[in-house]
Amino acid sequence: MKWNRRKLIDRIMSFLTAACVVVAIIPLLSILYTVTINGISAINLDFLTQLPKPEGEVGGGLGNAIQGTFIVVGIACLIGLPVGILAGVYLSEYGENRFGRMVSFVADVLAGTPSIAAGIFGYTFIVLYFGFSAIAGGAALSVLMIPIVARTTEESLRLVSGSLREASLALGIPRWKTILHIVLSTAMSGIITGALLAIARVSGETAPLLLTAFGNPYWAAGINKPISTMPVQIYTYAIAPFPDWHAKAWGGALVLIILVLILNIGVRFITRKKY
Amino acid sequence: MDRPKFRLSKLSGDLIFKTVVGLFAFGIIVLAFLLFRELFIASSLSRNAFGAGFLTTSTWDPVKEVFGALPFIFGTLVSSLLALLIAVPLSLGIAIFLSELAPEKLRTPLSFIIELLAAVPSVIIGLWGIFILAPFIRDYLAPPLSTYLGFLPLFQGPMYGPSMLTGGVILAIMVIPITSSVSKEVIMTVPIQQREAALALGATGWETTRIAVIPYARSGIFGAVILGFGRAVGETMAVTMVIGNSPHISASLFSPSYTMASVIANEFLETAASKLYISSLIEVGFLLLVVSVIINIAARILVWKLLKVERGAA
Amino acid sequence: MQNKITVETLNAWFGTNHALKNINLSFQENRITAIIGPSGCGKSTFIRCLNRMHEVVRGAKVSGKVLVDGKDIYERDIDPVDIRRCIGMVFQKPNPFPTMSIYDNVAAGLKLNGMKDKKILDKTVEESLKKAALWDEVKNDLNKSGVSLSGGQQQRLCIARALAVEPEIILFDEPCSALDPISTSRIEDLMIELKEKYTIVIVTHNMQQAARVSDYTAFFLYGELIEFGETNQIFKKPKEKSTEDYIVGRFG
Repeated sequence: MKWNRRKLIDRIMSFLTAACVVVAIIPLLSILYTVTINGISAINLDFLTQLPKPEGEVGGGLGNAIQGTFIVVGIACLIGLPVGILAGVYLSEYGENRFGRMVSFVADVLAGTPSIAAGIFGYTFIVLYFGFSAIAGGAALSVLMIPIVARTTEESLRLVSGSLREASLALGIPRWKTILHIVLSTAMSGIITGALLAIARVSGETAPLLLTAFGNPYWAAGINKPISTMPVQIYTYAIAPFPDWHAKAWGGALVLIILVLILNIGVRFITRKKY
Repeated sequence: MDRPKFRLSKLSGDLIFKTVVGLFAFGIIVLAFLLFRELFIASSLSRNAFGAGFLTTSTWDPVKEVFGALPFIFGTLVSSLLALLIAVPLSLGIAIFLSELAPEKLRTPLSFIIELLAAVPSVIIGLWGIFILAPFIRDYLAPPLSTYLGFLPLFQGPMYGPSMLTGGVILAIMVIPITSSVSKEVIMTVPIQQREAALALGATGWETTRIAVIPYARSGIFGAVILGFGRAVGETMAVTMVIGNSPHISASLFSPSYTMASVIANEFLETAASKLYISSLIEVGFLLLVVSVIINIAARILVWKLLKVERGAA
Repeated sequence: MQNKITVETLNAWFGTNHALKNINLSFQENRITAIIGPSGCGKSTFIRCLNRMHEVVRGAKVSGKVLVDGKDIYERDIDPVDIRRCIGMVFQKPNPFPTMSIYDNVAAGLKLNGMKDKKILDKTVEESLKKAALWDEVKNDLNKSGVSLSGGQQQRLCIARALAVEPEIILFDEPCSALDPISTSRIEDLMIELKEKYTIVIVTHNMQQAARVSDYTAFFLYGELIEFGETNQIFKKPKEKSTEDYIVGRFG
């Protein structure tokens, strides 16, 4: 084959693969653009602070859904972060054995569980006994959080140089204090990154909440009561036949996407500082 | 010195600490077990009523209480395969571009942007799908398809927007970030010597990729594709919002369809749902769980092998 | 002068690799003993056996006795944590705790073992930094991060950190291999000062260093102790052929 022809093929392939990137980015840009354009006109102070109004009445907002999302995600964090982080500590510090490898494997498989399955789990495990509630929603979300947090914690602890562990042990500091005070604090930014990404991931989850937190047109009445959340509210508005509700769906989408993007981009900055 | 120099070790903090974190690690296994158990038990009513016929019959009639999951299995399979058909070539192109051919400066920001796509909540992609993508496909993609390829049963009949085709495209968008980023990671584990050998022979960038890199990464890329398949199979909201939610099996991609995940999301809270109805929906969920666990195990094994070899060598 | 450490028929393994074979050796109090030998000869493994750091590595095994003041540190039921408090260690690469200030690095050993008295901590930090000849350079920057120091300063910080827990023995595992010549000579001077109060064992691949600082030298090869004696004798009139070969640079 002639050199020129080979060079031409090289160019063409570079161009084609670059085109793939462009094609993949177009939907993202389109989503960001339409959510911003349609959402911005729906958002105002009332939208962020008021209760929703029934169809036909003007005004109202998503205040309770925003509040509810924070409560449900907060509950998910209360359950998911300690379990995930401590399990991750085990995997990294003591997990070089058959049990540890099994836990890693199960965590990976669990991380690929469809979120709707976590919803059914929350339903059969909690809702059937205690009813639709914030706590059922938080528990369902924590099922999705735990494997992510455990694996990212494990990975960031493994990045901590063995020489620091040795330095600490050589000072006569017991292993558990070494892990708690030296290893964990050195890996803190990685652990926080993992936690924030997990929070971002579950904040936008809808399917599990449909089956567990349900929804509620009023302010949160307690963690044992049904509760409104942003993703579910967006879904309800989106599939309804009323243009006014569609506008509200876009507004909610803008608020949610800002929250998720802040978490994702914020994480970039935390990690960049370190390296 | 008064104190004995070396104390005897006692029931130490170490043991307590190790036990505590070990229990939390065990918690992950318990959680996975419970997840399976709950879904299995809650679906027993339906399993007893319909047996294996649940998988092979296509009547889904809540009024008569006859449930067969075939339309949903069909919908999930076809929409996911359609998604792969679109997403895999694109993801491979992206992975190759970002790991081999792109200028160094562009690699990190472009990877970040693609990964950002994975961060967009599914319900928002669905919202966009209803109002932007579905009309776009109806107005600009479907007409030429039915004009030029209308002789195929795939592209026959009317197209209103929500359809198997729209569902497949939405799923493709959601599969691309994971398939491309895992493929990219796998490709980057190809040892530098492998490339240098090809480059030293005078190969161009693309030739190096084709000769030295892709064959080496093949099984890992296959794993990435399967991971993408797992994502598509388990995806719920976005596809529920655009696929039309109609439990019929049709050869045409233009007609509405229904997936396993979306029937659960859509019908679980039907107010008058009977016990058998709920149980049937949960059985659909249990099947979905089993399928995605199998998919994930297969993918992990393929990807792990490659990444582990790399780690061992380093 | 008495023996501080006595090693009796020490064997060590990594998995199936027999890294140390039947080592018998004594270390005298308030003296510096250097351990030399080509890389892979087991010298690092050997000093890691002296404070039970060897067993931290997966798959590592030890047999034999290491007597410190007559007490076997490998006796059953002895807590290695106590041993390491009595036998400090300085590593090849400076490894200050990256998230801690200079002060906290030095105080870490005491603080994490429950010492809360601020006065005692202050005093220990100052004394340790003075002993490590670092005080004058950092006394105004005690709150700065430990990793902000230069390589040589970091290594002296690690020495101060080891001194703060009041060990009786200090093990140096190639402490200067990552340092420039000026920093190296400061550390060497420091070791000579420290032997007044401590028993010192140093592993080094640098024979000039062994000749400069040590009173006794042990030569290891392929996991065996080939020769041990006063440093002068080892370097001037080695008894073994392989010692001589190594010292004049015929291999290693």
